Formats: sequence, C-alpha cells, structure tokens
Amino acid sequence: MSIIKIEDIRRDFVVGSETVHALRGVSFDINKGEFVSIMGTSGSGKSTMLNILGCLDKPTSGEYYIDGIAVSKLSKDKLSHIRNRKIGFVFQSYNLLPRTTAIENVELPLLYNHEIGKKERHERAIEALKLVGLEDRMMHMPNQLSGGQQQRVAIARALVSDPVIILADEATGNLDTRTSYEIMSLFQQLNAQGKTIAFVTHEPDIAQFTTRTIMLRDGKIIKDEPVNTLSAQEFLLNLPLQND
Amino acid sequence: MNLYSLLNIAYKALMRNKMRAMLTMLGIVIGIASVIAMISIGQSSQQNINEQISGLGTNLIMVMRQQHRPGVNTGSTNVQSLKYKDCIAIRNQAKYVSDVSPYIQSSGQLIRGSNNWPTSIAGVDPCYLNIRKYKLERGTNFTQAQINSYAKVCLIGTTIVEKLFPDGENPIGKEIRFGKIPFKVIGILESKGQNQMGQDQDDIVIAPYTTIQKRVAAIDYIHMIYASATSESVANQATDEIESILRAQHNILPGKENDFDVRTQSEMLEMMNSVTGFISILLAAIASISLVVGGIGIMNIMYVTVTERTKEIGLRMSIGARSRDIMRQFLAESIILSLLGGVIGILFGLLISYVVSLALSWPFIVSSSSIILSFVVCAATGIFFGWYPAKKAANLDPINALRYE
Ligand SMILES: Nc1ncnc2c1ncn2[C@@H]1O[C@H](COP(=O)(O)OP(=O)(O)O)[C@@H](O)[C@H]1O
Ligand SMILES: [Mg+2]
Repeated sequence: MSIIKIEDIRRDFVVGSETVHALRGVSFDINKGEFVSIMGTSGSGKSTMLNILGCLDKPTSGEYYIDGIAVSKLSKDKLSHIRNRKIGFVFQSYNLLPRTTAIENVELPLLYNHEIGKKERHERAIEALKLVGLEDRMMHMPNQLSGGQQQRVAIARALVSDPVIILADEATGNLDTRTSYEIMSLFQQLNAQGKTIAFVTHEPDIAQFTTRTIMLRDGKIIKDEPVNTLSAQEFLLNLPLQND
Repeated sequence: MNLYSLLNIAYKALMRNKMRAMLTMLGIVIGIASVIAMISIGQSSQQNINEQISGLGTNLIMVMRQQHRPGVNTGSTNVQSLKYKDCIAIRNQAKYVSDVSPYIQSSGQLIRGSNNWPTSIAGVDPCYLNIRKYKLERGTNFTQAQINSYAKVCLIGTTIVEKLFPDGENPIGKEIRFGKIPFKVIGILESKGQNQMGQDQDDIVIAPYTTIQKRVAAIDYIHMIYASATSESVANQATDEIESILRAQHNILPGKENDFDVRTQSEMLEMMNSVTGFISILLAAIASISLVVGGIGIMNIMYVTVTERTKEIGLRMSIGARSRDIMRQFLAESIILSLLGGVIGILFGLLISYVVSLALSWPFIVSSSSIILSFVVCAATGIFFGWYPAKKAANLDPINALRYE
C-alpha cells in the first residue's frame, strides 16, 4: 500500500529574472514499511523534495498524495493538520526548543492536537522517549544533552503523533560517525517496528542502512533501486573504539 | 487549539525567558501604577475637601455685600447695604430657613494679663453656633437678654484659650480685653480644627452682635448674614427665598442687579470639585502617557522576540501549528504580559496611594471603576501592541523560518 505517491512533481523557484528548476518532473511511490534514502549531491533538490513531501511547500506542478489524500487542493490550515497528524520531521540541527525539558519538547506536536488531553499527551511523550532510549533524561534541557541525545529527543517528537511517515533531512549531518550509526540503528529499529521513513542524506555509507535509495541529480531521479541493507548495529560493534 | 493549550503554550514560552518577560512587564507596571495612584490620590483629595466642606454644613448660606460689581464702585451705600432688619425679614418670611444670624467683625488685639493675641471678634446671634455647627465645650451661650443689654460677654475657641490662658487656668468667668473693652468669658467652643482653606477654626471669639455693632465697631449696618436652610435638599429654595426677600427689603427693581451676594456651601463644593476634578484628570492623563510608553515597550520586545524566535516559529509550523495558532500564541504572550503587569501595577498603585493618603491623613479611596478601566486598558494594550509582532510571526514562511540562523 503506498503511503506517498508523487506524480511528475516540478518545483521552480523564481529568483529575480531567473527561474531555478529545483525539481524537474519527479515521480515515485513510497509504500508502508519502507526506509527510503533520498540521495544526491548538494543542490540536487533533496530538501526541496522533502519539503514538498512534508507539506511545507507546494509543487509548481504535479500531484502529491499522502495516505490517499491529494495535497495540491488543500488549504494552508489543512496542510498544517496533515503535518500535525501524518508527518514527523527530523532536522539536521534538531530544532529543539531551548530551556524546555525533553518531555515538553516531545509533547509539543500534541499541543496542536485538540483531540489529545493532558494525560494522554504526557503518557505518549513518555512512551516516545522510551522508544528512543531516553526515559531517564525526560527532565533534561537540550543544553544538558549530547548531540546524539538531542537528535533522539527530536526523533521522539517526530514519533509522538504516530505519523504515517517520518521525514528526516540530513538527520546525521551534525553527528560523528559512531553517533550517526547509533541514530541509524534507532531508525532501523523503528523501521522494523513498521515505521515508514524517508531519509535525505548525501553520505553513501548512511544510505546503505536503508532499504531503498532514490538518487537525484539536477532535480531528476537518476536511480531508484532497492538497497542491500546492512545492519547499523553490526557496524557499531565493528567500529574501532575512538577516543572522542 | 483550545484556550487552555493556547495559554499553556504562551505561558511556557514566556517562562523560557523570565528576565525578559519581567522587564517587558515593567513598563506596564509603572504605567498602570501611576494611573491608579493618580486617580486614587485625586479622588482622595476631592473626598477630603468634600468632607471638610460638608463638615461646615452644606445647608450653610452666607449673604454678603456685592463684591464683584462691574463698572464704577458706588461707594459706601454698597458697603452698608446689609442691615439687621434684613435678618429679621428673613427670619420672619423665609420658609426654608431655620436660623439667621447677623455677622459683624472687628480685628484687634485680645489681651489677658501679659498675654495677647491678634485676632478678630465676631458679633452674632446665639443661633450662630447652630449655623456653623460649633458646640459648647464648657459654659453657656449668651442670651437674648444679654443681646438686648449689649452685654460684654464672649465665647472663645480653644486656640484663644491656649494663647491667653497658657497656664491651664479655667477661662470661664475670667475677663479678657479686646482692645480697651473688657469681655467676660462665658463659654468655650469645642475644637473644630482647620477648614479646607487651612484656616484655624478655633481661633474664634464671638459676642452678642449688638455689643460688637455698638461698642466695638460703632456702625449701624452688618457685614454679613449667616443662615442655614432647614435641610441640605432645600438649600437652593432657601437661597432663592433669601434673594427675593432681600431684593424687596432693598427696593431693587426688576432687572436691576442685586447689591448683595448669596452663597451656599454647595456652590463652593462644586467649585472646589471642578478644580480638583480637573487636576486629577490632568494627573491621570500624564500618567497614561507612561502607560503608552509601557505598551510600546511590549511591542518593541515582542517584535525583537519574533525575529529571535524565527526558528521556533518555523518548528512549530512544521509540527502542525497553523498561522493563526502562531498569531494567537504571540498575542496571548503579550496579553499575559500586559495583564500580569497590570495586576502588579494596580497593587503598586494602590500601595502608593495608600501611603500618600496615610501621610496626608486623607481618606483612602479605591474606585472599582478605575481598576476595571486599567484592566481593560491593559488587555487593550496587549492586543494593540502585540498585534503587529504577532502578525509578523504568523506570516513567516515555515521553510525560511526553519532555515533562519
Ligand atoms: N527558496 C528557494 N529559492 C530559490 N532557490 C531555491 C530555494 N530553495 C532551493 N533552491 C534551489 O533549488 C535547488 C535545490 O535545492 P535543495 O533542494 O535545497 O538542494 P539539496 O537539499 O539537495 O542540497 C538549489 O539550486 C537551490 O539553490
Ligand atoms: Mg538540503
């Protein structure tokens, strides 16, 4: 069953007198349970792609369906609703609220969901933090957490609404190799539990932990193929112990 | 998003930077405190004056010669326009007047042994005590018989007692001299303190009007008439009555101006009120300028905050906040700041006016309307000055906001 379906997506940016064609007709489906890496060099259109998938941006042309809903006709408020219920974002720079505890950061998306009361919000945030292995850091502020831990909080925040897809843009970009592998191992676990994930990266060794790679170049797909998936957990075990 | 989660979000956002929130609030606190204090102090002083004037009796009516006649001063006839028979006419004819007393005044030295005191002596009718709400502390009032015999007796106030009898001697029955004329003290008046003009009401010597008119001033007219209306509510009718009786007494033709002037305490009250009212409005207006400055302070900080929190706004949008949620959050933040500032300001303002009224021994007045008004003003300030920054925040593009460094 396809959770995401895009058909001939184009995205043009008009900058002054010039038009930048960031996406030039991209089509693909993402099915439930897939762990897709979107690859490509810098400027190839990966973030533009992910922003459209995340309903933060609209394509210039082409149609996009998420969970069976055609997005192009939706109002701004409806798009917010979809972002709140169906999408979980993980950013390169974590984007946690400063001076706010881990649990409150994780609760944040649920504050914009009026169907969820205070008690359930709290319980679900605790559950999400358990999933990422941070149940003993709930009351910590972001500046009391390491980069990897902050990214785990961000992942918990993406999970807490139980979205249909998790979108990550260079989520390991700010992390060292070991921590990157730990995060990839966490994503693999989540994927094994059935979460659908689209993961933007330009690093081939990160992409090998996913199940499928879509390669972009100049706004077009040049390759879309399954990956011979490796286990991040095994990589971690084999990693030489570092001093840092 | 319901109100609870809105307030929750706004509150948490504010608590993330307590110092800034407090400093933002400070402007509103000062503004509201000064408005409240100014209004309250203004009302206290007004009330203070009211109480003092009512203490004189708002049914008090004074008749004096016309003082502000425009044009040529017609001289002595004018000065001598009031006669004792005018008092009799009022006493006999007026329905709304209960007491009437002539008033003749003379200035001079009071002497008792080696003590003397410059003051003035007033010649009146015994009912003058009722009219001016003086009470006898000791002794007796003078009688009609003493009036008829031009008796040299007097009643004195406590200030006179202090000045002339500093050794604590009982003044009753003792003789004092006004200039060369000896008077026997037959009564002492209860202390009334200062009036609203700051005059000592206990610096008073009164004697039968006949004695003063004939033996002291040696005149055939009287200086003033003091009267009291039967009740405060008929003070105006009494004034009208007195006016028409005196016009008839003085043979003033219709269309001609009075050669006398009838004044009531309520007129004075109105005049004082209009002055103090104007002053309190002026003070409140000045104070409200500081409130506006406080409001601009909120706008300023909120505006900076929006830029500083661009990333936060982008994040909130990416996890499902609608533009209007962002707008409401920032509006709620500024309203919370201004309302909280308002509450603290009200408390401060009340404290200030309490201390001031205590220091000046004025009545302490809190008007609920000024508190409600400042509350409304605070909320309005929050909305008005929070609107523009909130709008700016809500209109941010989430992608650009997220990318903002
Ligand atoms: N808001 C924008 N305005 C103009 N050009 C943009 C904008 N966003 C992206 N682009 C352009 O689109 C292309 C793709 O950008 P992006 O999707 O960010 O690449 P990637 O994430 O793969 O590095 C780039 O050439 C970039 O300059
Ligand atoms: Mg990018």
